[in-house]
Amino acid sequence: MTVQYNDFVIRFANVNGSGSASANGMFAKALFRMGIPVGTRNIFPSNIQGLPTWFEVRVSEKGYLGRREGVDIMVAMNAETFEEDVASVSPGGYLFYDNSKPLPKNLRRTDINEIGVPLATLMLGEFTDPKQRSLFKNICYLGVLSALLNIEFEVITGMVSKQYKGKDDLIAPNIRALEVGRAYARDYLECPLPLQVRRTDKVGDRIMIDGNTASGLGAVYGGATVCAWYPITPSTSLAEGFERYANQLRKDPDTGESNFAIVQAEDELSAIGIVIGAGWNGARSFTATSGPGVSLMSEFLGLAYFAEIPAVLFDVQRAGPSTGMPTRTQQSDLMAAAYASHGDTKHVLLLPSTPKECFDFAADSFDLADRLQTPVIVVSDLELGMNDNLSEPFAWDDARRYDRGKVLTAEDLDGMERFGRYLDVDGDGIGYRTLPGTHPEKGSFFTRGTSRDEYAAYTESPEAYERNMQRLLKKWDTAKTLVPEAEIQSSGQRCGVIYFGTSATPMPEALDLLAEEGIEVDTCRVRAFPFTAEVEQFVADHEVVFVVEQNRDAQLRMLLTNELDTNPAKLVSLCYYAGLSLSAEFIRSGVSEYFNANKLPRLSEVKS
Amino acid sequence: MTFVTKPRVHHPRLPVNEIGLTRRDYEGSVSTLCAGCGHDSVSAAIVQACANLSIPPHQFAKLSGIGCSSKTPSYFLNKSHGFNSVHGRMPSVATGANLANRELYCIGVSGDGDSASIGLGQFAHIVRRRINMLYVVDNNGTYGLTKGQFSATNDKGSTSKRGVPNLYDPIDLVSMALQLGASFVARSFSGDKKQLVPLIQAGLKHKGMAFIDVISPCVAFNNHNGSTKSYEYVRGHTQPVVGADYIPESEEITADYAPGTTEDVKMPDGSMLRLHKIDDDYDPHDRVKALNYVQSRQAQGEVVTGLLYMEEDPMDCHDILRTVEKPLNALQDDVLCPGGDALAGINESYR
Repeated sequence: MTVQYNDFVIRFANVNGSGSASANGMFAKALFRMGIPVGTRNIFPSNIQGLPTWFEVRVSEKGYLGRREGVDIMVAMNAETFEEDVASVSPGGYLFYDNSKPLPKNLRRTDINEIGVPLATLMLGEFTDPKQRSLFKNICYLGVLSALLNIEFEVITGMVSKQYKGKDDLIAPNIRALEVGRAYARDYLECPLPLQVRRTDKVGDRIMIDGNTASGLGAVYGGATVCAWYPITPSTSLAEGFERYANQLRKDPDTGESNFAIVQAEDELSAIGIVIGAGWNGARSFTATSGPGVSLMSEFLGLAYFAEIPAVLFDVQRAGPSTGMPTRTQQSDLMAAAYASHGDTKHVLLLPSTPKECFDFAADSFDLADRLQTPVIVVSDLELGMNDNLSEPFAWDDARRYDRGKVLTAEDLDGMERFGRYLDVDGDGIGYRTLPGTHPEKGSFFTRGTSRDEYAAYTESPEAYERNMQRLLKKWDTAKTLVPEAEIQSSGQRCGVIYFGTSATPMPEALDLLAEEGIEVDTCRVRAFPFTAEVEQFVADHEVVFVVEQNRDAQLRMLLTNELDTNPAKLVSLCYYAGLSLSAEFIRSGVSEYFNANKLPRLSEVKS
Repeated sequence: MTFVTKPRVHHPRLPVNEIGLTRRDYEGSVSTLCAGCGHDSVSAAIVQACANLSIPPHQFAKLSGIGCSSKTPSYFLNKSHGFNSVHGRMPSVATGANLANRELYCIGVSGDGDSASIGLGQFAHIVRRRINMLYVVDNNGTYGLTKGQFSATNDKGSTSKRGVPNLYDPIDLVSMALQLGASFVARSFSGDKKQLVPLIQAGLKHKGMAFIDVISPCVAFNNHNGSTKSYEYVRGHTQPVVGADYIPESEEITADYAPGTTEDVKMPDGSMLRLHKIDDDYDPHDRVKALNYVQSRQAQGEVVTGLLYMEEDPMDCHDILRTVEKPLNALQDDVLCPGGDALAGINESYR
């Protein structure tokens, strides 16, 4: 039998709150430490305890990290979902279950391999405490898997020792549970399976981290001092990440006092209000939320746009509308974020697709917000925010200095004839601002959401209003020169693909699959809104542009159509929005079907 | 409407404060509120209090929400930065402003519509957060800027200009503040400068959130009967002649009465407001007694004024959060950025 290395999908079916997350996480981490690229996904309910949860690991020597349909190994530990879990195993795949109770006849499949291990019975003999018996079942199946899949055992035991450092009495029973499982597999099962892992060097110097932690850390590095937030899945861990690293890195070494302030606000309205108040007063400030929070914050975002106050907002998207599927992923806030608020309002968006970009864009967003004196919204999603993702390591240039934008000092003001808050002195649409308390005589002004003239005086003059609105558009043009450019790969193909955020994860695999079918496409990964010049050029350069995104209504396509001078007919939508992570197969089939339907030539046909 | 600045002419003998400034240095633009509006008296009291304290005007930050009351920061402290934010959200903006720079004196001005309805949640939570600021509510019981709808502080049974009665019980922000743990709670009347100015001074100097509910008559729209309903008939005579778009010139309503006494004040609509000034021997350090006092007087149809409660050793939000002494907005890269070496260590922890 041929052995297949480092290429399978394993899914763990558990009950949430049963302590499986730790064992499952260790499984993925062990493979990662063996140099094998892994993509991890938590598929969890909006619930704390007792409902089904799945953890899926895509193991890929080739480095494909997107979700792949089909389960090669199912670790079925949840009686409630057992039937559907058995059904989901791909033909020829493996079903790993606890055979302390025999498998009912009606659930047996002849086209898959059953691996029964009496986990409960094994733990019964090892531990007296019923809670421990249940908990260590998870660790025990990890031990079994180490033998079945040929995972280096020292890698796992090393992790256990590290994880429970300081709680040494927990190390021995964990190792014991691992060993019991491993020994059982070796004694009673065919080990290892034809599907197995082996050490490789495909991880390189990459790290494994979730995007929210990366964003929170980026906010620390970006100089954020005020964080105001309100708990909402899937953004909560972002504020918590900031708190953890701020406590670690931002305490005054002498006094233990904090060089930051974190407020868990009473709601999202207050959270963004605090951010705007702090931004107005010169502190770098941010909030983290998800779609429902963006809706609530919209009024304030309009104020910050119009009154020109720096603010940073992280929108970790989930499946809407309304409460939708709060623990599933989507890219459906794009329009809501881009045009949040009433009146003619638009906002700068940054669109990260890896934890490294979460970190970078988080840090950059504060410079951009200060420079542009406007809200900057970093739009990620649950897939990126809450799952451990392989990522390039973080980097920081120690020569870098924060760009605080156009803020006048008392000395600046002394040298000025007359200060005008909204005067476009430099022709880039951005005025100079002053902070409260700067100068005893000069520079004070009144910030308001109502119309005003260049000197911040209230006015309802139609001319002054239009001048101001036009200047804001000029500032918008300036933003196009400052936001991250799109990432373009082009070999002069007739068709292109535009996408953003986590749609990038399955893209390399999708491109390979398409190439096998003789379809070559150029790609453009949009990284910011407003769209930079090369996005418009990319659309112009291609006859057909597939717009791949994770929402029903083709929101990126809407934005492209709205903001670019382009023919919408050439923008072909490929929208996946069912809440799971986008798969390469979805992209492949969409593009391939379009080629078929429109009789577009494929490479092989052209060659022949 | 345009923005009107006052001519910079001083009376030569205008008294100067400890830092050589006159009251005029603390003034703002000319008010665009209705003549006789109680809010203008509150603004004047703020001007006087700030001048008395001899704090340089640029060391204040003025914040407000939306409504007549929230327009008033334009009418005092021209040399201070002001922020007229969105409806009911002044408390959150003030929270952010205070977190960014703990050295500024924050003055938040709100109204009964702004704080007792849309902003009730934010009002409650800023009390809990103990932001170091003066929070003034210009309480006129009505939505003036949208022409006279009931506000949530309006008494049940009082009627609108069109004669429609208010069906709901009022919210008393003073009782709420006391109950929510505010460390400084006072009530006054816009026309009683003698009482209001020292209260504002005390509030500005108080560490933590100082809340002052200022009853401030609306000369244009406030038709409520007040807590005493004995002069209802007067309103019957004055009401019909006032058109909805016509604001009669009115005199400022003032009150000057001794501690421990009760004063009936005639409101613009002819109704009476009965104020009870707390006694000199009142103990403002007992929260439970303060709450009882306010409510028992209220049950008798009286609105208690004065300093009702003050915590003796208050903490503010910065104390709770243990933030550094230096304003957060003054911290520079060297303190804020942990640098590349620390990041290399962090990378390692994710391998």
